[in-house]
Amino acid sequence: MSDSKAQKPERPLSPHLQVYRPQMTSMTSILHRATGAALSIGLALFSWWLVAASIGPEAYGVFGRFVSSKIGLLMLLGFTIATYYHLANGIRHLFWDAGKGVNIKSAYATGAFILFFTLLATVGTWYCVIVYGGAFL
Amino acid sequence: MSMKWENKGFKTPLARARGLGASRSVVDNWVKLRVTAVANVLVIAWFLWFLKNNIGASHAEFTADLADPRNAIMMILFIITVFYHASLGCREIIEDYFHSEWMKIAKLVGAYMFFFTMGVASIFSVLKIAFTVGV
Repeated sequence: MSDSKAQKPERPLSPHLQVYRPQMTSMTSILHRATGAALSIGLALFSWWLVAASIGPEAYGVFGRFVSSKIGLLMLLGFTIATYYHLANGIRHLFWDAGKGVNIKSAYATGAFILFFTLLATVGTWYCVIVYGGAFL
Repeated sequence: MSMKWENKGFKTPLARARGLGASRSVVDNWVKLRVTAVANVLVIAWFLWFLKNNIGASHAEFTADLADPRNAIMMILFIITVFYHASLGCREIIEDYFHSEWMKIAKLVGAYMFFFTMGVASIFSVLKIAFTVGV
């Protein structure tokens, strides 16, 4: 048992993520984490917004120019999608925690519902921003 | 430094063992995540309404609206519950994916510093606006 590393036989590994077909259940779960992590990092943008506003109009203008640039708008769009998704799926999780809807059929139905909600809420929000916030864009 | 599990002082064996099982103190984290999640739903409803009111607002209009005590209070509550929820969520992610104890601690400390710094900066900014605009 001295040179165990050299003699270690190749053992089969248990199957991992890549062998599974994407399912509504696993994908919505992974997306919840991904959007949560993205939103956490995105809080830096939120802080910048408030700090810039407290410094003065010039600093607020710099922030405004950043968020109305192409990359800034893309970040805001991502923020919107992630917020609505994480909000809706978070409520779905709270129902599960309460023991409601813990079965495959409900999980697929509520999963489809939150994806539809995310799309609808994002489109609705940006419609309002473009219609009422023309000067800002 | 004496460790929690060392047999010193007046602690009962149960008190020394608590929180050192396989799940550590993570149930506490789990409960806090749910409580802040419910709080987040409430403050986000206000936040969306606040954003709607300030679409296309100038710096003067925006700071005047934020300086309204009702909005300033809600914004501070929003910051506290959202940043707290984010730090709890990141703790969960970090504990799941980093298995080396030192790497895990380093990442956790880094994450807490990030959220604490951003949170304090945000709250201070709201207070400054609330106390200086339109007084």
